Formats: sequence, structure tokens, C-alpha cells
Amino acid sequence: MNPHDVVEVISNRANPGIDPHLHVWGWEIPGYLFLGGVVAGLLVLLAALELTRKRRPTSGAAQWMPLVAIVLLSLGMGLLFLDLANKEHVYRFYTTFQPTSPMSWGSWILLLVYPALVLLFLSGLDEQRRDALVAWKPVARLRLARLLRWAMAFGDRHRRGVVWLSLLAGVGLGAYTGLLLGTMAARPTWNSGVMGPLFLTSGISTGAAVMLLTRLDPDETAALVRWDIMAIAVELVLLTMLLLGLSSGGTNAQAAASGFLGGAYTASFWSLVVMAGLVVPLILNVLEVKRHTRMTLFAPALVLIGGLALRAIFVAAGQAHVVGVLH
Amino acid sequence: MSTGKRYAMTVDTRRCVGCSACVLACMAENDVPEGYCRDWIVSEIHGEFPNLTQEIRSERCMHCSNPPCVEVCPTGASFVHDGGVVLVDPHKCTGCKACIASCPYDARYVHPDGHVDKCTFCIHRVERGDNPACVSVCPTKALTFGDLNDPTSEVSKLLRTREYKVLQPEAGTEPNVFFLK
Amino acid sequence: MAIGRRTFIKIVGASAGATAVGVGLGSRLLASNDYVPDPGTDGDEVIPTFCEICFWKCGVLAHKKDGRITKIVGNPAHPLSRGRLCPRGTGGTGLLYDPDRLKRPLIRKEARGKQVFEEVSWDEALDHIAAKLKEVAAKHGPESVALFNHGYGASWIKALVQAYGSDNVGAPSYAQCRGSREKAFELTYGSAVGSPEVLDIENTRVLTLIGSHLGENMHNTQVQELADAIGAGAELVVVDPRFSTAAGKARYWLPIRPGTDIALLLAWMHVIVKERLYDRDYVAKYAVGFEELEKHVADKTPEWASVETGIAPELIVETARFIAGARPASLVHPGRRSNWYGDDTQRGRSVAILNALLGSWGRKGGFFLPTSYAVPKVPASKKIEHHFKEPPDAPLDRPVPFLGEALAHGLRDASIPGANVAYPIKAWIVYGTNLLQALPEPEKTVKALEALDFVVAIDVLPAEITGWADVVLPEATYLERFDDLHAPPWKRGYVAIRQPVVPPLHDSKPGSWIAWELGKRLGLTDYLQGDVESYLDARLKKIGSSLTELKARGVLLAKREPTFIEEGLEPTFATPSGKIELFSKQLEDAGLPPLPQYTPPAPAPAGHFRLLVGRAPMHTFGRTTNNPFLGRVMRENVVWLNAKRARELGFETGDDVVVVNQDGAKAGPIKVRATEGIRPDCVYMVHGFGHASKELHFAFSRGADDSQLVTRVAIDPVMGGTGINVNFVRLERAAASEVSA
Ligand SMILES: Nc1nc2c(c(=O)[nH]1)N[C@H]1C(S)=C(S)[C@@H](COP(=O)(O)OP(=O)(O)OC[C@H]3O[C@@H](n4cnc5c(=O)[nH]c(N)nc54)[C@H](O)[C@@H]3O)O[C@H]1N2
Ligand SMILES: Nc1nc2c(c(=O)[nH]1)N[C@H]1C(S)=C(S)[C@@H](COP(=O)(O)OP(=O)(O)OC[C@H]3O[C@@H](n4cnc5c(=O)[nH]c(N)nc54)[C@H](O)[C@@H]3O)O[C@H]1N2
Ligand code: SF4
Ligand code: SF4
Ligand code: SF4
Ligand code: SF4
Ligand code: SF4
Ligand SMILES: [Mo]
Repeated sequence: MNPHDVVEVISNRANPGIDPHLHVWGWEIPGYLFLGGVVAGLLVLLAALELTRKRRPTSGAAQWMPLVAIVLLSLGMGLLFLDLANKEHVYRFYTTFQPTSPMSWGSWILLLVYPALVLLFLSGLDEQRRDALVAWKPVARLRLARLLRWAMAFGDRHRRGVVWLSLLAGVGLGAYTGLLLGTMAARPTWNSGVMGPLFLTSGISTGAAVMLLTRLDPDETAALVRWDIMAIAVELVLLTMLLLGLSSGGTNAQAAASGFLGGAYTASFWSLVVMAGLVVPLILNVLEVKRHTRMTLFAPALVLIGGLALRAIFVAAGQAHVVGVLH
Repeated sequence: MSTGKRYAMTVDTRRCVGCSACVLACMAENDVPEGYCRDWIVSEIHGEFPNLTQEIRSERCMHCSNPPCVEVCPTGASFVHDGGVVLVDPHKCTGCKACIASCPYDARYVHPDGHVDKCTFCIHRVERGDNPACVSVCPTKALTFGDLNDPTSEVSKLLRTREYKVLQPEAGTEPNVFFLK
Repeated sequence: MAIGRRTFIKIVGASAGATAVGVGLGSRLLASNDYVPDPGTDGDEVIPTFCEICFWKCGVLAHKKDGRITKIVGNPAHPLSRGRLCPRGTGGTGLLYDPDRLKRPLIRKEARGKQVFEEVSWDEALDHIAAKLKEVAAKHGPESVALFNHGYGASWIKALVQAYGSDNVGAPSYAQCRGSREKAFELTYGSAVGSPEVLDIENTRVLTLIGSHLGENMHNTQVQELADAIGAGAELVVVDPRFSTAAGKARYWLPIRPGTDIALLLAWMHVIVKERLYDRDYVAKYAVGFEELEKHVADKTPEWASVETGIAPELIVETARFIAGARPASLVHPGRRSNWYGDDTQRGRSVAILNALLGSWGRKGGFFLPTSYAVPKVPASKKIEHHFKEPPDAPLDRPVPFLGEALAHGLRDASIPGANVAYPIKAWIVYGTNLLQALPEPEKTVKALEALDFVVAIDVLPAEITGWADVVLPEATYLERFDDLHAPPWKRGYVAIRQPVVPPLHDSKPGSWIAWELGKRLGLTDYLQGDVESYLDARLKKIGSSLTELKARGVLLAKREPTFIEEGLEPTFATPSGKIELFSKQLEDAGLPPLPQYTPPAPAPAGHFRLLVGRAPMHTFGRTTNNPFLGRVMRENVVWLNAKRARELGFETGDDVVVVNQDGAKAGPIKVRATEGIRPDCVYMVHGFGHASKELHFAFSRGADDSQLVTRVAIDPVMGGTGINVNFVRLERAAASEVSA
């Protein structure tokens, strides 16, 4: 082909949501991926705290955290439901299991996450809080006391199992949010093995941020900041790998890379995701650890913004670029 | 239940004039909702005036042998029918759109009724022995439909005797729509 | 809890069993669905008829279900469609169900040009028309009524107007279309090319297209044969300033300087004659005037033509040899819309003569000698005996030597007060032709319309012309009516029927009924056909068939007969010499060049492009641009502009511009298509968009109307046609306020 080859492509296809570029996933999916990531992070971090400290959560905030996760997850699933074009068929997710479909895995993992969170929560409460919960009016009205007590006892008996299950479910959930996009060979921006680990570590980082926004015990905080630093560092490496992979790939991948390197998503990606979401919080975290300064809410807030931006930008960028035919 | 067929379509880019009769015939045959199409025309002009070449293609779902849309579907609504025809069962479809995102050819869309829709290879016609509507109407006979597992079929012969290509072979989808050069 | 757990595991277990075989196969094995979609659009009844979305008349089968037409497909038994349709034929339902259709007869309430009407009954409308026509005839004679028409359904109204006493029947589809080509072939071969054209494209080995843009020009059978020829290895030579669809398939694309085709054709003949590549036996046997031709082209060298056409001399030589190398199956297509530069009959003659040199007339892969199914007419009870006055379609001071059909623009000009004509036209009946878009110089059309005593429009849509009529009659569409039988000269004779698939929607009526009812009111029924079904049945009985049979079958084929010299047929030529007239004595006697003369086209004013127009496969002029179904594949036209010129002028594809011509006439806004596929000295757009009628809700102001830019014409001195490619335009960026969302 001659280097000055000019190509003019015309098509009369104009399907809504498809042309001029894909627009099937709006804000709901990034919102869901973000919340799913946070919940995955919370699961992993709560499990990790318990496994490393070899005791159940001590601070009240950490004890209530699984409940926060349940709320966030439900919000996320609400978004997922909102996104469905054929809502009355939502039950179809649970009449089958499709082993090749990340989304099918995801829907079943979500079902695993709920019991894990409930058990983690109930058997993670100290006696005082357990009594308060059981005595709580709505609980009494719904005659849930016996069930709760049973679940707490069950959780106590299998606490190790519950923690490991949480870890597993968290990793599964976090990785799945990335794999959902990463397995789409049709969209070069997404199609990378790095997406699973990237969204998992980002989920861990955002999970840590949520926890760091609350009042934790100092040793919990210290551990979380340390892990956050590690997560952010890994994320930076993974993002670099992703961009390198795209830039050294075929024409379609290079076109996708150019979206972040000069193209439409350059400003938002580098300012929101990289600087605000990763570099600045990393520096703040490191400073805090080094100088033993007091924690601010600044770094966690930035991490959350960055995490949301990461998903929003990737979901949009992956749809903006149409492989092959330009319309 | 399997008949051992592998349905395929060839699009003769030398014959196709990009008239869109195939697009309209599909709309009429399949009651395609207003504003949508299951097949469409792509014209590519290469070069600089006056040294130009042109390729005109009538495109649709490629009924891939390795269909990512079926792989990613969480409910089994997207499935491979007899003859390798990739179909969507609207009764199972949640409208999650994973299949749309996974299709390298952007062949699918969300039907206004909520389910995902696309070319069916006119299986309702094919199973009673007719050609798909687009193939039947095409004034230039650019489109040929048939069974690749039958060496005597028109499509098999065309693929034996003509140079051809598939779109985006690197996507690994193994399309069953072939473009004759 | 326990139950939930078990169910969960059970589901996983079941699927895991299925996946154990391997993930790659997983999706296959899980494909236990047996859901097979069936849209159910097949008709309970399938009714054959023939299409009228353009004038090719392809046989179709209309599927009808619950009283509605679900789809229209090709009739495999019909020789023109062979079971396949062009996009427009497929889109016929879009016209039938167009919500904008004319629904009831209308009588004007305000000044002409405004679409302000009152709905009236058919009786009231027809009584009014009859009274008005009588009034005009009483004052100016019946010949002052002119009929403008296009379409097969016009035959009934034509008979009416002739019975009334006027032979002033004109159609823009002659002088604004095929006229010069037909005259050129009549002068050369003694017979016109006709429609459907008598071209054996399927057997040709080299097809040369001089601007005829088959593939965009979607005349079904020709496009089918073009593809079959390409499939059989035929090669194309395409001469077009624009990279047309056909050019994209051509071995040679010659992007000629617009208006210089005669130079190229003469240079080709120069090479073919000089190198003795022509069919000597054929020319000796069938043609006269070769010596004069030889002398005439002796100095028309490729070098000379190259300067004019912009095509390299070597390429002219190479293509001449290439074209001649395939003779006699080498067809130089005569084109169809040939009203380009005013020298069009001479260009048509060049094509005709070149074909004679190739020996393609009467030969396989060239022009076939048609045959037809002889279906005798059934005469009305009385024959028309009055003597018609000659149409006043040419001004007295500029007579046209070779008139054919009446010139539509000439009849229009004769309607403008003060016209220098034998007698004036005072009333118009306009059937199926949208004169505001079809005739050049629209300001003259408006002047005529303003001055006329009376105007009737018979149409199916509220086209621009209806806004100028005093009475508007809503005709039933081709899917709702009978028309006369169609048995054209073709490769094989056949007779086809047009019949109603559904009863007329709204309060529309078939043309045959309208003509008869008007005839009653004008006292002309003796000259007309009454009940259309009895008439058709009577005609068919004469060939041993019946209306019942044809209604069921749609088409009857005649016995196969030879149509080529190769099949033993001897061609005859209805010229004065009885031969192919390379040199035309007829032209010489009329004081016109007996051999084609090249005149260089006038150059463009500074900063202007020559305006060229053509067709898009999905539409027929302006008659389908309101068809919402066809609108799904093409919504508006764009103006093609050479990419380099676009960069210089700062335009990009998708920019909205207004097209302004040399006289300040405007069209648009329209979007730019910056493309490598057109010469830098011209722009191109598809004709028929940019409707001004607000009642055409879908088409209104979508794209641009090229006919607004045709404020100048070059009159063909031979047959009086109007060359329209003599207008020049520039592009102005459209103001935001002009661009509709
Ligand atoms: N500027 C410019 N002018 C041109 C051309 C061009 O390319 N550019 N092309 C020229 C050529 S080649 C031609 S052939 C002419 C054609 O031009 P016209 O003679 O005007 O032909 P159409 O545009 O087909 O006719 C359109 C009218 O017929 C109506 N109609 C459709 N179906 C029916 C029916 O069944 N019954 C009745 N009663 N009416 C019906 C439509 O609503 C419309 O108003 O235009 C010529 N004029
Ligand atoms: N889809 C569709 N098909 C149609 C019609 C329709 O409305 N729609 N209308 C039918 C009718 S009535 C007609 S008359 C025909 C008209 O169709 P044709 O007879 O095939 O073509 P024209 O309209 O005369 O010419 C248009 C072509 O000529 C080229 N051209 C312009 N100027 C020059 C020149 O100076 N030299 C050369 N060599 N080429 C030039 C243009 O770029 C364009 O490609 O189409 C018929 N077919
Ligand atoms: S109908 Fe045939 S020629 Fe027309 S666009 Fe479709 S494939 Fe091409
Ligand atoms: S073309 Fe797209 S929709 Fe069709 S089978 Fe292939 S991946 Fe699926
Ligand atoms: S949108 Fe429907 S067909 Fe597509 S993946 Fe989702 S459930 Fe399957
Ligand atoms: S095969 Fe049928 S469904 Fe597919 S594009 Fe052709 S007509 Fe449409
Ligand atoms: S060429 Fe197309 S529009 Fe014209 S009669 Fe045939 S099918 Fe109808
Ligand atoms: Mo025409």
C-alpha cells in the first residue's frame, strides 16, 4: 500500500447505540464497576486485616464496614439493573450458568458475595453491638432475632472459612469487573489481560479509601495506608503495561492508545486517573507514613475520584473506538 | 437435531454496486424496526485522484464459527443454531449488551422492545428451502448463500475458485461471511 | 439457607457437566435452544403486477396479509426483473403508505403557488375541470390545452387530451432526458434506442460508459446484466469526471474534462480508423459515409483530444485499441439522460458511429434487434379524425429541425405571455411530472404557471407542482390500479399486467377512471375506453388469453425469436439511405454538421465549479425522496467536492453549505462530501432532493435541489433539448440559522 494512501469509508448503517461509535453502556456500568470494585476491595481488605492481625475487627467502623459494603453492592446492582434494556428478563441471569461468560460468572459471584458479607458482618460484631442489633426495633418487628443469632453463631463457628470466602469472593469480584471488559477482543482499549488485575488493585485502593474515610483503630489505619501504597504502586505499573501493550500492538490497539496519548481522553485520563487518583495520593500516603503525620481525608477522597474516573474513562474510551471500519 | 450444515454467505465485491436493495429487502422481510438495519453498505475508496480503487460491500452479522457474542452472553440468549447460524432468543435476553460490546463487526443492536437483534441469516426462509431475503433481491447476484459442508454448493464453489477475504481475521471470530475479491 | 445452597450447587453442577468438554466448545454445547425467529411477513396472497417507482416497469410480486402489503419482491417470470428488484422497487410500500399522500380532490382557495386548498368531492372537482377546459377551448381552441406527463398511467389522460383536440403532449423525460440520444440513433440507424434500451449488456466483453452511471442509475435489468457481464469477465471503460460506482469497477477510468466527450470519441475513431481496427465487412455492408468519416477524423488525433479532455494521448490510444479489440461484443453505451451541453445529439451521433465501426448494432454483446409480443389494441368506438395543430413547442424564430416528441420546456415557454409562437398554451394538465423540479429554468416555469388560465395536477403526492394547480386530483398508486398492458420491444416478447394489489386508499382514483369521468363531462366517451377490466380482457382475448389468466400469472412470454445478426437476422435501417448513416445527409440538408463537430465547453467563471448531477440507486428523482422507507437507506443528498479543493477552501466532509450559481440562484443547505472521487473543476449532486413543498413532510428541505441552479440551458440545435451541465456554482458556508436540525 502506498504511504500516501487516502482511505474514504462511507457506510449507511446508523443503528442507535452503535453508530457513529458504540454507545451501549452509559454511566450506569462505570458506576456499577466502581461500586463493585469498592466492595471487592472492602472484602479483600477486611479479610486481610483479620488474617494478618489474627483477630476480628476492633474498631466500630471496621465492624460496620461489611454492612456498608452490602449497601454499596446493592446500589451497584441497582445500577446494573437500570442498565438492562430488557428488565423483565433479569431473572434469566439465574436460570443458567454460562461458563464462557464473565457476566454470568459475575452474577453468580455477586450471589456469593452477599452471604459472605452478611456472615462477615454478623460474626464480626462484638457482643455489645450484637445485642444492640438484635434488640433493634425493626429486627424485633420482623422476628429476625433468632435468625440473626443463628447466623452469628454459624459465623463464629466458621469464622476462618468466612474470612477466606470473603477474600476469595473479593478477589473474584474485583477481577471480574476488569475481566468483563478485558475479555472483549473487539475493543482494543479493553482487551488486555491487565484489566482484571488493574480493576482489582484499583478496587482495593478505593476500598481502602472508603475505610480510611472512617474512624479506624490506628493499627488498622497504618496497615491500610501501607497496602494502599502498594496497591497504587501496582496500579501504576499495570497502567504502564496496558499503555505499552496498546502502543506496541496492531493498528487498532495503537489507535486505542492514542486516545490516552494525545487523543480525546488524554486530559481526563492523565489529570483525574493518573495524577489525582494515583500519584498525588501515593505521595500523600508515603509522606504520612514517613513523617508519621496525621491522616487527612484528602488522599482517600482523591483515590475515590480517580477510581470512578478510571472506570468511566475506560468504559467510554473502549466504545469510542470502532475496530476496523470507521463510519 | 444437527443437520451437519455450515451456512455461509459470499459477497462478491466485484458485482455489488452498493444499491441497498439487500438492506431494504431485509427490513421488509424481517420487520426490522424503524431506524435500524441488520445489513448495511460499506464503500471504501483508496488512493488519490485520479488513481483510485473502490470496494463496495454489503455487510451483516458474520455468523462466526467462534462467536464472542455467544461466549459472553450470560443467559444463553445468544446461541448457535443448527448450521452455525448465530441467533438471539428474545425471551432469554436481558438486554445487558455484553454481546454488542463483544462483536467486532457491530452487527447487533438493541431492539426497541428491549432484546438484542441482528441478522438471522433469514433462518425461517432457509429452513424451508429459500434464500435469505437479501440474497433473493440482490439485482447483481452479489450475494450467495449456502452450505460450506456441501462441496457442490454455490458458496463452496465460489470459495474454491475465487480469491476472498474475511473482515478482521485477527479478531479470531472465524466469520462465515466471505468477501470475494 | 440450606435449600438455597443446594440449588446453587445443583445449577453449577449441571453447567459444569456441560463445560467439562472444554470452554471453546462450551457455547456450542449449550446451544440447546430451538427458538427460530419468524417475522411472518409472507403474504396470504401474492399478487403479480409491475413497478412504477421508476419507468423501467419490472415485474413484481406483492405479498398481502390482512389487507396490507407486507413486502414487494421480484417476479421471477418477468424478463425485466427476473425475480430481483432494485432498492426502489423494494421500497414501493413506502409510497403506498406514505402519510403525505394526496387523499381527496382539492380546489384552490388562494393565489397559485400556495398550497391552500379546499377538499371537494370528485364530482365537484371533475365538473369544475370540465367547465374550465370548455371555457379555455371556447376562447383559445382545444389545442391551447397541454398535457405534461411521465409514467405509464398517463396513457388514459393522453387519449383524453387527444380526443379533446390537442396533440400538445410533452414530457420532460424526452427533451430533458433521452431526446438527443434517440434523435442521434434515429438519424444514424433509423431507430431509437428506446426504453428499455435494446442493449445486450450481459454478453458484452467491453462495455464503455460515457457518463452513464449504471449502478447508480439503477435500471434493474441493465444493472443485472452489467453484473453478469462483469461476472463473465467483461471489462469496463468508464468516462466520467466523477469516480462513479461503475468507474470503481472499470479497467480504465478516464476522468474526462466535462463537456469534451466528443473530442475523445472522435480521437477514438481516429485511432480505430487509422489502425484499421474497425469492422470492415460490417461497415461495407451496412453503412454509408465511411470515406467522409475517415477524412473527418483524420486530424482528430489523440494529441489534439488530449488537450481538450485532459486524458493522456497514450491512454486514448490504448483504450481505443482495447475497445476495438473486443468487437463486435464491444458496446459503447448510448446513455439515457443525455441533455448535457447542447451538443448532445452530436455526442449521441459520435457514440452511434463508434458503435457502427465496432459492428455492435445487431450483434451479441451490442445492440439487439428487439421483438415484442404483438397484442393488438382494442380501438374505442370512434376514431379521432380531427387534424391536430402542430405543437408550438419551438419559437417561430428558432425552429428545431428534428423534432421528436413535443418539447416540454417548449410547451412551457409557449405558455408565457408574449412568447413568439404560432399559438399560445392557456391550460395545463400535469400528470405524474413535477415540472418545478423536472424542467430547467424554474423561473420560466413559475412565470408560465402564473399566467395560465387553468392548471390541473394529477399526482399521488403534494409535489411542488400541485401547489400551482387550480385543481389537484389524487391518483391511486400503481399498487392500487389497473393500467394498460405492457408489451415492449425486448429480447423476448412478453406482455405484463398492472393490477390493483389493494383497493385505492383514501379517496384516490385510478387514472383510467379519471379520464373516463372527465370524458363523460366533455362528451368524449366515444373516443375513450370505458371499464378498464373489460378493455384489458378484450385485448387479451385477442391473443387467446384473458384478464383472469394474466391477473394470476402477471406476465406471458412470447415465443423466442432471433434478435441478432448471428442468429440469422438481417437488420434493416429506416434511414433515407436504408443504411447506417455515418455521414448524415439529413443533417447536412438541415444546415447542420453531418459529422460530429467538437466545440469546446465554455470555461467556468473564476471561483466556480461546473455543476453535474446524477442519480442515487435508492431514489428516483424527487418522486421517492419523501418515501420514508427509502429514506431509511438515503435521507439526503450531498455535494461532492474534490478533496484537495475542499482543503484549499476550508471545507470538510459534513460541513453545511449553500450552493450558489452564476446567476445568484441558491440551493441548500446541503452537506459537503470531500472526496478524491471527483475532478477539481466540478461538483456533483444527486437530483431530486431539497423539496420546497412543506406538505412533503419527510423530504421538505432535506438536501439541495439542483434544479434551482439550472437557470441557464444550452439548446441542442438538432432536436431542441436543454443541456443543463452549463451552470456553474460556488459553495458558501451555510449560516447556522439555515441549517435545520
Ligand atoms: N435539474 C434536473 N432536472 C431534470 C433531471 C435532472 O437530473 N436534473 N432529470 C431529467 C430526467 S432524466 C427526467 S426523466 C425527468 C423526470 O422528471 P419528472 O417528469 O418530473 O418525473 P418524476 O420526477 O418521476 O415525476 C414525479 C411526479 O410524479 C408523481 N407520481 C409518482 N407516481 C405517480 C402515479 O402513479 N401517478 C401520478 N399521477 N403521479 C405520480 C410524483 O409524486 C411526482 O410529483 O426530469 C428531468 N429533469
Ligand atoms: N436509481 C435511479 N436510477 C435511475 C433514475 C433514478 O431517478 N434513480 N432515473 C432513470 C432515468 S429517467 C434516467 S434518464 C437515467 C439517467 O442516468 P444516466 O443516463 O446513466 O446518466 P446521466 O444522468 O446522464 O449522467 C450522470 C453521470 O454523468 C456524469 N457526467 C457529467 N458530466 C459529464 C461529462 O461531461 N462527460 C461524461 N463522460 N460524464 C459526465 C456524471 O458524473 C454522472 O456520473 O437514470 C435512470 N435510472
Ligand atoms: S442488493 Fe446486491 S448490489 Fe445492492 S448493495 Fe446489496 S449486495 Fe450490493
Ligand atoms: S458477527 Fe458479531 S454478532 Fe455475528 S456471530 Fe460474529 S460476533 Fe456474533
Ligand atoms: S444482551 Fe441479551 S443476547 Fe446479549 S449478552 Fe445480554 S442477554 Fe445475551
Ligand atoms: S440474511 Fe436475512 S436477516 Fe440477514 S441481512 Fe440478509 S435479509 Fe437480513
Ligand atoms: S428499476 Fe427499480 S424502480 Fe424501476 S421499475 Fe424496476 S424495480 Fe421499479
Ligand atoms: Mo430520464
